[in-house]
Amino acid sequence: MKSLSLKSPYDMSNFAKLLTGKLLLRNEIPLGNFMIDYLLKNNLLQSIQPILNKKFHTECLRCGNQKNNLFAEIPCAICQKTHLYCRKCIEMGRVMKCEPLYEWVGKTPVWLKHENPCTWKGKLTEDQQKAAKQIVQTIHKSGEELLVWAVCGAGKTEMLFPGIIEALKLGKRICITTPRADVVRELKPRIQQAFAGISIEALYGGSTDKDGVGQIIIATTHQLLRFKEAFDMMIIDEIDAFPYHHDSSLPFATKRALKKHGSTIYLTATPREEQYSRIVSKKLPHVFVPKRYHNHPLPVPQLKLCLFLTHHLNKVIFPTTFLTWLRNRENVTRQLLIFLPTINLAEKMYQTFKQQTSEYRTTFVHAEDSKREEKVELFRRKEIDILFTTTILERGVTFPAIDVAVLHAGHDVFDEAALVQIAGRAGRSPQDPTGEVLFFHDGKTEAMVKAIESIQLMNKRGGFK
Amino acid sequence: MSYCLWCASEMITETTWSNLLSLSQPQKLCKTCKGKLQIITGNRCQKCSRESKSKICTDCKYWGKLLKNNDPLEKNYSIYSYNEFMKEVIAKWKYRGDYVLVEIFQTEFIRHFNTYIKNQMKEAIIIPIPLSKERLATRKFNQAQALTSFITQDKINILERVNSEKQAKKSRMERIQSENPFNLLEPINKPVILVDDIYTTGTTLRHVAQILKDNGCPSVYGYTLIRG
Repeated sequence: MKSLSLKSPYDMSNFAKLLTGKLLLRNEIPLGNFMIDYLLKNNLLQSIQPILNKKFHTECLRCGNQKNNLFAEIPCAICQKTHLYCRKCIEMGRVMKCEPLYEWVGKTPVWLKHENPCTWKGKLTEDQQKAAKQIVQTIHKSGEELLVWAVCGAGKTEMLFPGIIEALKLGKRICITTPRADVVRELKPRIQQAFAGISIEALYGGSTDKDGVGQIIIATTHQLLRFKEAFDMMIIDEIDAFPYHHDSSLPFATKRALKKHGSTIYLTATPREEQYSRIVSKKLPHVFVPKRYHNHPLPVPQLKLCLFLTHHLNKVIFPTTFLTWLRNRENVTRQLLIFLPTINLAEKMYQTFKQQTSEYRTTFVHAEDSKREEKVELFRRKEIDILFTTTILERGVTFPAIDVAVLHAGHDVFDEAALVQIAGRAGRSPQDPTGEVLFFHDGKTEAMVKAIESIQLMNKRGGFK
Repeated sequence: MSYCLWCASEMITETTWSNLLSLSQPQKLCKTCKGKLQIITGNRCQKCSRESKSKICTDCKYWGKLLKNNDPLEKNYSIYSYNEFMKEVIAKWKYRGDYVLVEIFQTEFIRHFNTYIKNQMKEAIIIPIPLSKERLATRKFNQAQALTSFITQDKINILERVNSEKQAKKSRMERIQSENPFNLLEPINKPVILVDDIYTTGTTLRHVAQILKDNGCPSVYGYTLIRG
């Protein structure tokens, strides 16, 4: 058998790079059936039964699903037998007995060591350097974790660069993951620019990159369901964001995608209870970056009471408090982001607004909007003055000079983390480091109060009054 | 505890005298999801079940003209109309292959059959529209067969599909003018009810109906889940 693979007419290292560290369905392997069978016959590729029947439960090997209601039976017309399949991860292709997963078991490929990979010429602030140093140290310890708790606008991405440089010098493979596709799309050009000579791929539902062969992979957490023990360094951005903290298969996938002794860096501006208690009990090492990179405090949100707000919104009427504020903004050249709790409401309010005024260029965006990327891009290019949005733009996106208004800040979707993130959209650039943040509400909620308190606390820890 | 087949939320079924005594089927969808399915009510085309004010809709008039009033298909009956929600359900069921979603339609599929079709056509033979071999090999189930199993246990394999192209990817004209992809393996001399998931242009049903009639079948009807 050995002599056969030695004599083989194919360069196995290419296949190794393509298939290593992955769990793929047959139709996800970018090779023909002939080639796949060849690799199987030569013990370079192995098929794995994806559904495990354990003593008291069933488990999906790809997504970790153990809930009985998320498995179902299918009478297979080809095998003439009934199989169990996983419904939880079916959006990534159905796994069942006769549709197994394939894993590379040949030689693991060697990734290049890069002596001088960074093409970024900027400089880190003192606070950023402190965090960057800790990240570099974490990489050197096997199996280590680190939480980087940095306020919105602290320059988290740049803080990662020294760590990435270090990892590339050592010939490691790196993954940057986040639950949101928008964030992946925004990160890709920034990382590529900073590491121009490195192969970098961005993976998300519908992305043009598909193979997953880059030394640096930027991916939505969902895409990691296709990886297994692939990365030496895992950077999880926005660890507190929905759906990461909500869907147990995502932490499962992230953990599995990491090699056994790999290191993990968590990034967040708003740690959830779970991470917070691990910090307090000293189980999770952390570094705190309380200051924005431009050395200005975070804008503190103002609460604006609007009587009968819910009632007005039901009738699609803008509260007078809001209209008065809109006319008397501190700096009218700033663009404006208006957050609304639901798609339906965002659309209706946008329609009304457009009918009533013509002095602003406006549009509206939500999660299922097919023109979402386009509209955000228009706003970024300042071709739109006011953007009505749902919580999808609460994090990960940067616009240089904006004011932010939340209409109906008392709604359930605006929890503390969401409000802190939303407030963090304002005052991002050194040219315009301030910005107004207004929460319009008809009754203070704990989330609003806590969000303001936590912003004030961070400003205090950052040395501002 | 039961879970909604679509949104996986927990459902609490109210216990009423009627469902306690009649041992009715457990609900498959939660109230919100169920409300998004749209059963065709009110005026419909007498021929193809499309929602329509006139007795014969424009589609069917067009077919009449094209086939010179020699339409092989007597009539089609559909249960649901094809809205955005249904599109999502069908995509997940057929293309993603979430087989169990067929259970969403079970109760209505049986009820409509028993009320509107069964009594008028006791003699008829029920046949699902087949998939091509290639398509069945990737999909691992035939959605029309899954629906058919709700109303009959007989499995009659007298049809074969040779073309493997997806109808859904073709334009209307391409579909209507496409060549007949079906082969009949055995002639039938009883009326036939063809079962399929969606009636879109009606080309598929007419293709099958044509070869059935050419080979001595007296009449052919369609029973489809959705009028697209």
